[in-house]
Amino acid sequence: MIVSVENLTRQYGARTALAGVSFQVRTGEIFGVLGPNGGGKSTLFRILATMLAPSTGSASVAGFDVERQPAEVRRRIGVVFQSQSLDKKLTVFENLRAQGQLFAMHGRALAERIEEVASRLGLADRRNDLMDTLSGGLRRRVEIAKGLLHRPTVLLMDEPSTGLDPGARRELWQYVEELRDRQGITVLVTTHILDEADRADRLLLLHEGKVVAEGAPADLKARIGGDVVILDVDQPALLLPDLRARFGVEGVAQNGSVRVEIGNGHRFIAEAVEAFPGAIHSVALHKPTLEDVFLDETGANLT
Amino acid sequence: MSFWLPVWALWTRDLVRFWREKARVVGYVGSPLLFWLLIGSGFGDLAFFYPGALVLTVMFSAVFSTMSLIEDRREGFLLSMLVSPAPRSSMVLGKIAGSATLAWLQGLVFLCFVPATGHTPGAAALLEAAAVIGLIAFMFTVAGFVIAWQMESTQGFHAVMNLVLLPLWLVSGSLFPIAKAHGWVQWLMRANPVTYAVSALRAPLEGHAGVPGPAMSVIVTASFAAVLFAIATASATRKTTRAFV
Repeated sequence: MIVSVENLTRQYGARTALAGVSFQVRTGEIFGVLGPNGGGKSTLFRILATMLAPSTGSASVAGFDVERQPAEVRRRIGVVFQSQSLDKKLTVFENLRAQGQLFAMHGRALAERIEEVASRLGLADRRNDLMDTLSGGLRRRVEIAKGLLHRPTVLLMDEPSTGLDPGARRELWQYVEELRDRQGITVLVTTHILDEADRADRLLLLHEGKVVAEGAPADLKARIGGDVVILDVDQPALLLPDLRARFGVEGVAQNGSVRVEIGNGHRFIAEAVEAFPGAIHSVALHKPTLEDVFLDETGANLT
Repeated sequence: MSFWLPVWALWTRDLVRFWREKARVVGYVGSPLLFWLLIGSGFGDLAFFYPGALVLTVMFSAVFSTMSLIEDRREGFLLSMLVSPAPRSSMVLGKIAGSATLAWLQGLVFLCFVPATGHTPGAAALLEAAAVIGLIAFMFTVAGFVIAWQMESTQGFHAVMNLVLLPLWLVSGSLFPIAKAHGWVQWLMRANPVTYAVSALRAPLEGHAGVPGPAMSVIVTASFAAVLFAIATASATRKTTRAFV
């Protein structure tokens, strides 16, 4: 296991950010940590990146303990921060060179490595541009190039799509998948965006500092099974007993609608509309999403 | 792991940035220059106020350039340093070397105005002055680093600047000599490290020893800087248990 986290907790004074989190990441997979803001993702990220010590429990990356052997861990991780970690007054090349020097790279070997990483990320013709003049998507690519420069085995990314338009986000994920496929790099990515979580090989759902579910996105969604139907009604709470009596399903009332998980959504809709004439204003049906999984496990909305 | 490469990386980064923002020189040298011309002309004694104004230039430059540390650590280049295997001590030295060099260069710009004081130091005295300015730049940079490292916001840093550093400069012999100070202020001046920095600069510029004496002044300034440097290294290498948010 390339990343192994056991019973990790972290307190900030009286506030508990992580309450006994355990999970393992396999070599060469894209592992997503999904949860709402304030759910503990950033704290977990900081601990794995050796920026923050855990209160109790342990975490190891590439076989080294983050608390006791931070220097060993740092040599093996590439870190892509949510906030900018580039010097805006320097060029792309100068930023990458400084990063290489932090890892004791220098001379021709460093220059060649910068060329290699920059061209792979499509930055070759931007090498002498000031960071200030680059778009958000390009800056994020430079951040990734920076994280990869010293050939890490694990890439840690904190909310990498923040501030990116859909096009740039798609591009970014193409690079990430390429890294996994061609170089066998393990990627751990935190996110609160569903599209992004859907592209992970495996996912950890984090809520209020606890793990609420873990597994491949498709498996998590299959747990719900069938369809999700949303009935728009006047008095959701009144409809619940009738639904139970007639269809044997447990609905959930939520702001002006009733949400039902059911095997055959099409038939249920037809029957429900017949059964409660005039009560239903509109109907929506969709396949379960990770949002539904999260709602199911926690009773809370993801966003 | 290499110690000097990260130092070099940070030092050159500061120099390159400075070169790209040359207009900053006007800001840091400009306002002490104005103080000096107004106060000096008002009292009809440009020569007396000159060393103090030069020290103020160096202090502004050193202290404000270390202020960037606060933002840089939360959202900027230093973030990646914190998760790199480079030793923290090399980060401290690199950052201080960069800021101190810039403060020193700006002190040298101010030194070009020395003929206006009526004094004409020889080449040896000018070299000595340049060396002393380097020492003072180092001292203020390290002081700025120690303050900035403890700070969560730049507002707090400004408060320290206004409530501690500027008052220390006021009672450093820049505006009135120790001999003319009354009562407890005289004691404050003797205990104030900045007094020794100003006095160390007076000797080569004015051609005669001031109070405190030149050797004593250099020794006290250097010792103070060394103690602060030890504090800076210790606080930056301390195990991180708090979040940088």
